[in-house]
Amino acid sequence: MVEELLEKAKQSAEVAEALYHESTELPISFEANRMKSINARESSGMALRIIKDGRIGLGYSTKLSEPGDLDALVESAVESAQFGAEAKFALPSTYTTNGVTIFDPAVEALTLDNLVALGTEALDLLRNHDEEFLCDVGASKRVSNVRLLNSHGGGTEYRKSVVSLGASINLTRGEDLLDVWHYAVSCRAELEPQAVAQRIIRRVEDARRQGTVRTKHMPVLFTPQGLGSALMLPLRQALSGKTVLEGASPLSDRLGEQVFDEKLSIYDDGTIDHAVGSSPTDDEGIPLQRTPLVENGYVRTFIYDLQTAGLAGAEPTGNGERSPNSLPAPGYHNVVVAPGSGGSLDDLIGDVDEGIVVEYAMGASMGNLFSGDFSGNVHLGYKIENGKLAGRVKDTMVAGNAYAALKNIAAIGSEPEWAGGSFYAPPILVADLSVSTREG
Amino acid sequence: MRERIEDALKQHTADFVEIRIEETKSTGITYRGKDLEEVGTTTQLGGNVRAAVNGGWGFVSFNRIVDLREKVSQAVSQARLVGNEKTELVEVPPVQDVVQVSMQRDPWEVSLAEKKQLMDSYVEEIWRTPKIQTSTVHYGDGYRKQYYGNSTGTYIEQERGRVFARFGVVARDNGNVQQSRAGFASSEDYGVVEGRHADVREAAEKAVDMLDAQPPKGGEFMVILDSTLAGVFAHEAFGHLSEADHVYENDKLREIMVLGRTFGGKFLNITDSGEVRGLTGSFAYDDEGVPTGKQYLIRDGELVGRLHSRETAGKMNEAPTGNARAQSYSVPPLVRMRNTAIEPGETPLEDMLAEVKDGVYCKNWYGGQTSMEMFTFSCMEAYAIRDGKLAEPLRGVNLSGNVFTTLENIVAVGNDFAWDPAGGTCGKGGQSAPVGDGSPHVLISKCLVGGQ
Repeated sequence: MVEELLEKAKQSAEVAEALYHESTELPISFEANRMKSINARESSGMALRIIKDGRIGLGYSTKLSEPGDLDALVESAVESAQFGAEAKFALPSTYTTNGVTIFDPAVEALTLDNLVALGTEALDLLRNHDEEFLCDVGASKRVSNVRLLNSHGGGTEYRKSVVSLGASINLTRGEDLLDVWHYAVSCRAELEPQAVAQRIIRRVEDARRQGTVRTKHMPVLFTPQGLGSALMLPLRQALSGKTVLEGASPLSDRLGEQVFDEKLSIYDDGTIDHAVGSSPTDDEGIPLQRTPLVENGYVRTFIYDLQTAGLAGAEPTGNGERSPNSLPAPGYHNVVVAPGSGGSLDDLIGDVDEGIVVEYAMGASMGNLFSGDFSGNVHLGYKIENGKLAGRVKDTMVAGNAYAALKNIAAIGSEPEWAGGSFYAPPILVADLSVSTREG
Repeated sequence: MRERIEDALKQHTADFVEIRIEETKSTGITYRGKDLEEVGTTTQLGGNVRAAVNGGWGFVSFNRIVDLREKVSQAVSQARLVGNEKTELVEVPPVQDVVQVSMQRDPWEVSLAEKKQLMDSYVEEIWRTPKIQTSTVHYGDGYRKQYYGNSTGTYIEQERGRVFARFGVVARDNGNVQQSRAGFASSEDYGVVEGRHADVREAAEKAVDMLDAQPPKGGEFMVILDSTLAGVFAHEAFGHLSEADHVYENDKLREIMVLGRTFGGKFLNITDSGEVRGLTGSFAYDDEGVPTGKQYLIRDGELVGRLHSRETAGKMNEAPTGNARAQSYSVPPLVRMRNTAIEPGETPLEDMLAEVKDGVYCKNWYGGQTSMEMFTFSCMEAYAIRDGKLAEPLRGVNLSGNVFTTLENIVAVGNDFAWDPAGGTCGKGGQSAPVGDGSPHVLISKCLVGGQ
């Protein structure tokens, strides 16, 4: 079908590129401690990008089975090219299929019974710990096929398998609600219900008692998940070539300068085996690489897709990512924060006389990401007193500026972990941030 | 399509089966800065079958609309593997209906060239303002035709339309980068995106004004929310907790959320409606074929109702409300809000301002989020209030509160009212849904402000 579409498109355009994806997904869910549903989702779709008279046109359709469907897709791309942006790039002529391992036959072979067993084990472990837990559990496997081909012969094809296991618990005591969750995902059949349940149980036990906090400045320790929820989004936006090109990035004229604490190094790495953000190429056929974004506090690289790189006069970095129905834009694969020498999470806690741990800052990414200002509700966090955890902190906000915070790092932990699938980071202790709380 | 759906529904052994087939067509035009970045159209065709057996659910989604009968038996056998209790769905009288979209001005009759020309003029308007660093202008329209049939005998063909324009403006002065935005949306009129030049100019000027704003002090303050932000507040602070799927299987939460409980003052009324014409959260039937309506959540300060799917209403023994919505054919429906509003009260804004010695006036929003018990939302524009008068502008103001106390802290509800013209998009369980939020101004005696 991809070849047929390209043939048709070439009759009305100089350059054409077809991206076909199909996937099957089997998600099962447990709600309120019992099995709730089994879903089976099949999807497929075709995106067509063309260059006609030097302008970019785009169309996307999931209606592909009837005669004339492909012609309609070509027609819509040709229509949009009349108004499209001027193309500033050349598509690759290399067909790349090797590199990273993202398919595991053992995932594809997982049966419904296997998934039910994964979910049931996680549920039982949680319920055996505390029968008051109200648990939701989700397990899922997905196998997808991607085929990308352009009229220069460049592109890729790959198969990706993804298995995930997520669980959350709710404890309701009067009007005090505690929700704790953990989510694990991999391209390899390696998920351990034990590990997921243990993470949740530790967080619940740390949060069971109520801590007290007052409105003032103090050290704030971000767990990998907390870091992702509060500090990473401004940086992700500022390091995107698109934001830089527009001059809206506070880092746009700081390439090669030290902006952050020298302990901080961040990479975008699409070459990590079994990671869900990895693949042989990006969505334009450019091979993925490990790109240093920040090294020892210095701003090293901005990420680009082909068109943005063309407009900026920069080198493409293999970061052309697209949702099926839109043009490629700079997007990250796996964002990796290099570990430091601060030891384990407990070691970092031990270093703090008075402060808080942030596991998840709700709403911190909703404001003005350009400025780096953030302000979030500590949805899950704990007080630290004299180097020990001293109960849950709630009805509390943590606020500051991401750039200032990451210039003022007290320590970076030595033990990174995956938070949410494509973010791999250690905990980071920020020396001083504003904490505000409800009085009485 | 009707025959194929009704034929596929004929033989099955489930407690409930439904088939939902959807055709959608959408257009998007996007500008970054002064340049047009993307014009594209998307066509989608797909469907699903959902079945309930003994309280368990099976769901199958697909793009190729073939072998519907086989898809039914697959969904039924999946449901059978899950279920070992009783399917409890509320009774809804069967409906046969055809709902056509009635556009005042139909976006599908406006050429792509005309749409582009209109957006070009907005881009120009934005760039007339000095200190603008960049902007985004996005136009979108969508049309969805849905074919829905279920085993109770309901068959509905329903069309829905949507047209919107969103504007984001970024101003910069050296390292200081500030932003502002505006948006307009309608379910039935292309006219809503026309003639917006003054609004767009105002958004551009606001972004520049915010360059002079200072971050707020942290702590608890008296705050006044404008109607747009107060609508988001109603959505985050109370709307989500009214979604019965959070409550129906949590006995302890059911005790807290018992109907009749007092949540606020006598002057507090909160509703959720799918019937407000033109709003993007409105529709005739939800994605389970249940007629929409208007539901009071809080009346005279008391909890009087909540939002239901067939299942949550059945299990809680309450009346159906028509709040089951799915982002698309590829996912099962969830309990979602439609257009959520605080109803007008009696207090003029001037009287609210006069009450505030040291507080914050908060306008418009970037986003909001809730954990059921706690919620937070961010303001686009804010001003300090001192001794009843508006003072210096503040930036990066995020408010946070606790559902069980903040509603009680509402001390006055304004005598004005407005729906957010931009419409909103609400995310839940990985699905997004267009929603509306509206309110008068409200005065809250104590609200937590994150500060630096």
